[in-house]
Amino acid sequence: MTLAPDMGTSPGKLTDLFQLGLDAPICLTWELTYACNLSCVHCLSSSGRRDPRELTTGECKAVIDTLQRMQVFYVNIGGGEPTVRPDFWELVDYATAHHVGVKFSTNGVRLDAAAAARLAASDYVDVQISLDGATREVNDAVRGPGSFDTAMRAMQNLRDAGFQGFKLSVVMTRQNIPQIDSFKEIADRFGAQLRLTRLRPSGRGADVWDELHPLPSQQRELYEWLVAHGEQVLTGDSFFHLSAFGSALPGLNLCGAGRVVCLIDPVGDVYACPFAIHENFLAGNVRGAGGFEAVWRSSALFADLRKPDTGGACKSCGFYDSCRGGCMAAKFFTGLPMDGPDPECVQGYGQAALAAAPAVAAPRPSVDHSHRTAPRSARGPVPVSIGRRRPSAHDCDESPLAGFAAAEANG
Amino acid sequence: MTPVTFDLDRAWRVDPRVSMRPEPFGALLYHFGTRRLSFLKNQTVLAVVRSLADHPSARAACLASGVAEAELPAYARALAALASSKMITERISHDSGS
Repeated sequence: MTLAPDMGTSPGKLTDLFQLGLDAPICLTWELTYACNLSCVHCLSSSGRRDPRELTTGECKAVIDTLQRMQVFYVNIGGGEPTVRPDFWELVDYATAHHVGVKFSTNGVRLDAAAAARLAASDYVDVQISLDGATREVNDAVRGPGSFDTAMRAMQNLRDAGFQGFKLSVVMTRQNIPQIDSFKEIADRFGAQLRLTRLRPSGRGADVWDELHPLPSQQRELYEWLVAHGEQVLTGDSFFHLSAFGSALPGLNLCGAGRVVCLIDPVGDVYACPFAIHENFLAGNVRGAGGFEAVWRSSALFADLRKPDTGGACKSCGFYDSCRGGCMAAKFFTGLPMDGPDPECVQGYGQAALAAAPAVAAPRPSVDHSHRTAPRSARGPVPVSIGRRRPSAHDCDESPLAGFAAAEANG
Repeated sequence: MTPVTFDLDRAWRVDPRVSMRPEPFGALLYHFGTRRLSFLKNQTVLAVVRSLADHPSARAACLASGVAEAELPAYARALAALASSKMITERISHDSGS
């Protein structure tokens, strides 16, 4: 993002203006389907199976008409795996013909040479290839067997087609932060731009958060790396909680939920942000009267989110102006209050808050389309071992002879 | 950083691949070629940018939008930033004869 220099007549900082919301989102995430060929352990939308209530092709085109009218510059299309929708390319063509740019996220499964060639020919379509490990081992442990090779093949196809500057998108985890320079090398090799984003405890991410989220020392390492690489690397402005380490990172250091971004899910539900698929953050549905425009402009939830932040428990912290209390979804799905510190607060207040939080279960996502059984290829070894130990006496002491039998066998 | 030199006396226009959306604070600009966003922070600079193509020079566009002489350096800096991000480009003017 570039900012025109302050004109002196500006009524306030840009973040203050954005805080009150915009007439239309800057960009909008649109998950086209919950269907996915993969079962990533940290999937933010708990995707897997298609929802039978998915928006039809006609309904999707009506949404695009609305976005054109509202002058939404582009949509981030995701899923699930959006390219498995049979009308995917039809919808991409419809959007670009109606001056709504498209950036879509894919695991690469349908990005063959022909698809790469048609993408390379358009100014209005951008692609993000998801990869969460710079090596097969680290990636496939999270995204499933074969997913590393699929992504690499897709990137090779894009490069061969002459598509410059597509995005290589990485969710930063405890396991892949040591590979951060390797990700940059991979991106450079394919003529791609690196995009790093924050792991959230959203969707199935809640199940693996404790094992995958970066260690405090890694947060510092990541921050230093981001500062050193500046605008060469994209972040979706997702690391603003790290700004409390020192100087602000490039981009908008503000939670944009309901203010500058939102999510349309496959069944047309509109949520405040892609990481907040929960009824508490559900603003309406595009199938309702007035469509998406009415939801964006007049939902009570969005009006509430556009009120100036009060800071809550963070107000007295000297770093509040830098981090603004962090990520709403990260707080919510770890059971922390909305007006307190982020669970990964770099000043350590998040860990303290988690330790002090009442021992009730954190909220779960309201919507879950996970595969009921893992796809065969993704099924790992069953994590049990066959015990050689004989049952000890107290394991099954209903038998009056249990103690005697054990003693005899061991003797 | 943004170069501060900007030729107010040349003819400029908004790049055809730029989409401009008015907002209460000014406007948002998005360039489909570079995929970058920019912001115009007030209504006057929006009026200037919108009318660049209608005037023989950026200076004329500024003055017609009510920019005072003393404010011209600040507007030149804003326009320089937009030029460096390719939001606006020089136009071959039919009026200037050069």
